Amino acid sequence: MPETLLAPLRRLGGRVVHSVWRLGLATRFFFLTLLYSGTCVRRPHLVVKEIFSAGVLSLIIILVSGLFVGMVLGLQGYETLQTYGSEEALGILVALSLVRELGPVVAALLFASRAGSAMTAEIGLMKATEQISALEMMAVDPIARVVAPRFWGGVISMPLLAALFSAMGIFGGYLVGVVLIGVDEGAFWSQMQAAVDFRDDILNGVIKSVVFGVVVTVIALYEGYDAPPTAEGVSRATTRTVVSSSLAILAWDFVLTSFMFRGV
Amino acid sequence: MSDNLVEIRDLSFAYTDRLVLQGINLTARRGQVVAIMGNSGCGKTTLMRLIGGQLKPTRGKVWVDGQSVGDLDFAGLYRLRRRMGMLFQFGALFTDMSVYDNVAFQLREHTDLPEEMIRDLVLMKLNAVGLRGAQDLMPSELSGGMARRVALARAIALDPMLIMYDEPFAGLDPISLGVAGDLIRRLTDTLGLTSLVVTHDVQESLKIVDYVYFISEGVIVAQGTPQDIRASELPYVHQFVHGEEDGPVPFHHPAPDYAEELGLAHA
Repeated sequence: MPETLLAPLRRLGGRVVHSVWRLGLATRFFFLTLLYSGTCVRRPHLVVKEIFSAGVLSLIIILVSGLFVGMVLGLQGYETLQTYGSEEALGILVALSLVRELGPVVAALLFASRAGSAMTAEIGLMKATEQISALEMMAVDPIARVVAPRFWGGVISMPLLAALFSAMGIFGGYLVGVVLIGVDEGAFWSQMQAAVDFRDDILNGVIKSVVFGVVVTVIALYEGYDAPPTAEGVSRATTRTVVSSSLAILAWDFVLTSFMFRGV
Repeated sequence: MSDNLVEIRDLSFAYTDRLVLQGINLTARRGQVVAIMGNSGCGKTTLMRLIGGQLKPTRGKVWVDGQSVGDLDFAGLYRLRRRMGMLFQFGALFTDMSVYDNVAFQLREHTDLPEEMIRDLVLMKLNAVGLRGAQDLMPSELSGGMARRVALARAIALDPMLIMYDEPFAGLDPISLGVAGDLIRRLTDTLGLTSLVVTHDVQESLKIVDYVYFISEGVIVAQGTPQDIRASELPYVHQFVHGEEDGPVPFHHPAPDYAEELGLAHA
C-alpha cells in the first residue's frame, strides 16, 4: 500500500491506542483513589474543606442558573400547555423536567466548568511546582492526601448542588407561572405533588447526579495529575477536563435514562 | 552501623532509550556535606531522585542507611523517606497553607503530637532558619530566598538523617546566597545530619562542603575535597570552577557547518 494511504491510517491507529491507553490509566487512577480513601474516613475535615471549595463556592452559579432555567421552563411550558387548556399541569412539567433531567445534567455541566476545571488547574500546578513530588518525598501519598479528599468532596457536593438547582428551578417556575402569569397556585403544587414519584423521579435523579459527580471529578483529577508540568500542559488539561466531562455527562445521561425510564 | 549514610555502586539509569547516568560510584559519610556538581542537564537531579526512590536504577545499587532503595517495597520506601528531607529548587511549599502550616505538615501527617507541642517544634524550626516572624505569611508573600528557608525548616521538621538540596543557590541574591550556604553547613553540624547538595554554584558550595563529585554527561569525571577541586588541572573542572565560556563543554550546541547553513559555502 502506498505511503500516502498508510500514514493517516497509522496516525488514526496511534490515536485510538493512545485514547484506550489513557482510559485504562484513568480507570486505574479511579480504583487507586478508592483504595486510598481511608485517610478521608480517618480525617473527615480534609473532605469538608473540599466540599467547601467544590460545593459551597459553586453555589452562586448553580442557584442563579437554576432559577433562570426554572423561569424559562415556566414561560415555555405555559405557552405549550395553554394550547391544550391544561396550564394547571405546569407544576408537573417544571418539576419532572428538573428532577429527572435538567437538574442533574445542567448542574453537572456547570459543576464541570466551575469546580472541575479548578481541580485540574490546582493539581496540575501542584505538579508543575513540585508540590506533588514534595509530598512523595515526605512519605505522604499524594493520592491519599490530595486526590481522594477532592474526589469525595466532589462526589458529595454534586447531588446536593443538583438538588438545590432543581429546588431553585421549581421556585423559578412558580414565580413565572403562578405569581406572574396567574396559574392556580393550589393546582400547581397539588398536581406536582401527585405526579412526582419519590423512587422513579427523585431517587433516579439523585442516582444520576452521583454518577455525574464521580465522572466529572475523576476526569478533572486525572487530567490534572496527568498534565505535563508546564503552563501549556496545565491549560490544555483544563480545557480537556471541561470538554471530556461535558461529553461524558451527556453520554452517561442517555445510558442512565434509557435504563431508568424505559417503562414510561 | 556503617559510617557511610549514602552509598552508590555502579549505578546506571536510562529513560527508555536515553542513558542519563552511567557507572556512578558515590559515598556520603555521616555528618558530611557532599556536593554533586555539573552543568545543567548532566543528570544531577535524576541522581537525587534515585536516592529518594522516586526512580529505580536501571543497573547498580543505591544504599541509604544500609537499605537498598531500589529494592524496598512501598511501605519500606515511605518509612525510609520519613527520615529523609528534600529541599526542592523553588521550595515547593504548599501554596494553600501558611508558613506555619507548611512546617507543621509532616508533624501532623506522621505523628500524633498534641497541637501545643507541634507549635513549639514549628517555632523552633522556623527560628533555626530565622523566619519565626514570618509564620503567618502565605508562600505567595515570601521572596525566593525566604521560601527556600521555609522549605528547609519543613524538611528538618522530623529531624531527618539525610537532607538533599536541589539547586539551593539558584536565583538567590548575594545576601540570601551566603545565608543559604551558611544554614546548610550549620544545620548539618548542629543537627548531626548528612547533606547532599546538587548545585552548579561552585564558589558558594566550595566554601561549605566536605567533598565534591563532578558529573558530566552522566559520568563522574572528578571528585575530591574543595582544595583538590580548586587545584585541579582537569580541563572540565578547570572550565567549570573558573566559569570559562569555552572548553571541554563547548559554547555551541552541535550544529551543521555555519557557512553551509547560511548558504555561503560555495560563495
